Amino acid sequence: MKGWGFQVDALDVARWQFGVTTVYHFLFVPLTIGLSVLVAILQTLWHRTGNERYLKLTKFYGKLFLINFAMGVVTGIVQEFQFGMNWSDYSRFVGDIFGAPLAIEALVAFFLESTFIGLWIFGWDRLPKRLHLASIWAAAIGTNLSAYFILAANSFMQNPVGYRINPDTGRAELTDFLAVLTNKVALITFPHTLAGAFLVAGSLVVAVGLYHVIRNRDSTDTPAYRFATKFGSWVVLISSALVVITGDIQGKIMTEVQPMKMAAAEGLYTTESPASFSVLTIGSLDGSREIFAIKIPYLLSYLGTGDPNGTVHGINDLQAQYASQYGAGSYTPIIPVTYWSFRFMIAFGLAAAAIALLVLWTQRKGRTPTSRWLLRAGLAMPVLPLLANSFGWIFTEMGRQPWIVFGEMLTRDGVSRSVSLTEVLTSFTAFTLIYATLAVIEVKLLLRYARAGVPDLTDHPEPTDDSDDAERPLAFAY
Amino acid sequence: MELTTIWFLLVAVLFTGYFILEGFDFGVGMLLPVLGRDDRERRVLINTIGPVWDGNEVWLITAGGAMFAAFPEWYATLFSGFYLPLLLILLALIARGVAFEYRHKRPETTWKRRWDTAIFLGSLIPAILWGVAFANILRGVPLDADHEYVGDLLNLLNPYALLGGATTAALFLTHGAVFIALKTVGDIRHRARTLAVRLGAGTAVLAVAFLTWTLTIRSSTTATVLAAGAALALLAGLAAAHTRREGWAFTGTAVAIALAVATLFAALFPNLLPSTGDPTGTLTASNAASTPYTLKIMTWVAVVFTPIVLAYQGWTYWVFRKRIGVAHIPHH
Repeated sequence: MKGWGFQVDALDVARWQFGVTTVYHFLFVPLTIGLSVLVAILQTLWHRTGNERYLKLTKFYGKLFLINFAMGVVTGIVQEFQFGMNWSDYSRFVGDIFGAPLAIEALVAFFLESTFIGLWIFGWDRLPKRLHLASIWAAAIGTNLSAYFILAANSFMQNPVGYRINPDTGRAELTDFLAVLTNKVALITFPHTLAGAFLVAGSLVVAVGLYHVIRNRDSTDTPAYRFATKFGSWVVLISSALVVITGDIQGKIMTEVQPMKMAAAEGLYTTESPASFSVLTIGSLDGSREIFAIKIPYLLSYLGTGDPNGTVHGINDLQAQYASQYGAGSYTPIIPVTYWSFRFMIAFGLAAAAIALLVLWTQRKGRTPTSRWLLRAGLAMPVLPLLANSFGWIFTEMGRQPWIVFGEMLTRDGVSRSVSLTEVLTSFTAFTLIYATLAVIEVKLLLRYARAGVPDLTDHPEPTDDSDDAERPLAFAY
Repeated sequence: MELTTIWFLLVAVLFTGYFILEGFDFGVGMLLPVLGRDDRERRVLINTIGPVWDGNEVWLITAGGAMFAAFPEWYATLFSGFYLPLLLILLALIARGVAFEYRHKRPETTWKRRWDTAIFLGSLIPAILWGVAFANILRGVPLDADHEYVGDLLNLLNPYALLGGATTAALFLTHGAVFIALKTVGDIRHRARTLAVRLGAGTAVLAVAFLTWTLTIRSSTTATVLAAGAALALLAGLAAAHTRREGWAFTGTAVAIALAVATLFAALFPNLLPSTGDPTGTLTASNAASTPYTLKIMTWVAVVFTPIVLAYQGWTYWVFRKRIGVAHIPHH
């Protein structure tokens, strides 16, 4: 398609579609991963102490969790179908390896998650208390397990292991499944992603709790909100520490297996030992050299190699090396995208942690925060780690370019040959429109239910055994 | 038995499970404006599948994953070739899934009406398009020597495939009506059962026509026996519905769907997607399969986890076995 002086082909649109649908899907995933566990913890606290405060919080955050969960489920199906629809040559090339974790994810994790979430939603008056509690834990375990399998699949694209290329078919074939599951990229990306997810979930718990602590100061439920705010803040602080620790290890593995991505994260054009960490680098328009930079000496060497004097390879050297190894062509990702997404990831994540610290400080020794600024910062909290998560994914996927499977297949070779520009434009437009509409609806619902606060438990009579009145209304109904 | 045959059977089983389970979900969704005369009745209908629809849909995700893992060529050719129908199915499933969860979240009538439309269309569109898709798989589509789809949308909208779409939609409608009769009490139960019998008559005609046409395209003794079994099961189910035995009626429609899907897969075997273009383009269980190593691992995973999944999913149906009626719908 020509016009306005640029040209769009099916490949570009397929890439944009993957980016938009995946980033969108991953707005809901972290909350599902993190909040399922946090809600399970709250319900366990109720189960152990019998304190109604925890039951109220379970139901309250459970509702927010479910509003979000629905979106994660339906946008997830698109992800599985999209590989075949838009990336069929990629699917043919890696199917022998990549399909297995996806199928196992569905069989082992999604069934667990979906079945037990149904039992949890509708089971308040149908299941014994203990089994009902077990249901939310089963769903939470399923959700977290699913992350492992999908990250194992993604890690194969970053650092292919446990395979060979069949010389007759030219396709990748699995030779060691255990190696795929224990790919060092997968092993470190899993805790990093999970910690990032808990950062989002904890932030949501804080934001909503803080809103009620500051707005409804004399409510009988204030102690519940105060607890939620503190609980969420600790979750944020612990998970941000874990994000940093795992991210540090990940950086070292990345320097080893994907040195170009590390160089691109830094805008490091020439190989340095020791290498400085760039606080700000502005490169020339063609991306081959830097014009202006502020740097912290030794830090990049330390981050990348663990040694302050370690060698970190630069973009230009790696480009020359790859060109001789894989043939002529550009093997450099879009540097401004990787450089800035890397920094935004770190900055937004740290900002959330800083606010959590502030929230805890203002509530020390039974104090009540009153500041409207703190409220504003608190309300911004869930957005910050969501942005950090999105930028993290944009960084890691864009940093792998031009490869779809690092060192083995270029992204442009993975696209579906039989799908026309019109078709992929149609689907891209359709998904963008329906996703945008649903985003507005979802956010409004979340705000509505977050504002409404914890439920009044007198509405929900405690479940008794199921032999009584057959006409009794359901404890929960759609 | 060869690993490729085992996986052909497993994919068939997964789609069979999907169509039996989400078949009645689709039926309930399509019948929402017909059987649900007011908001409370519509809520009764939605709540008959409320706790289970999400788990039912995972059968599709697993079937898709199994195709990808066991027959990557099949997955790649099919999903890129049937692009627009699959896009419509995805959009429908998105709108429908969100609708179940969001419909009751606000009291306004317009809000509920819109989600009701989403549930109706989100059930109708896949109910038709799955039939169109599977009929085309059986009939074959134009593929080149690289197994790439070379047809267009019109190739997929042939009379046989459209009959297939009408058949699945009718089967799911009948199946859904029987399911509602099985899961509700009061007036709605009786209306559902009466409707099931009426719909069933038309469905039987469509199903017999479609299966007969199927056997003229591709046939085997097994497929013929299965098709006859499907027709008999449907008729037996309808007879049971007529005599107010809803449990047996549901068993009848469930078995009819299972045998109809089995007929398609049996007629197809050992092909996965026949080519009506270049004959070397035809995908078979052997030329589209993953390596034996991958299939072996996947077989072990399936052997261990499938019974566990069936056990807890079956248990869910037991937990929510009680019939519901308008009296059970809470006021808020």
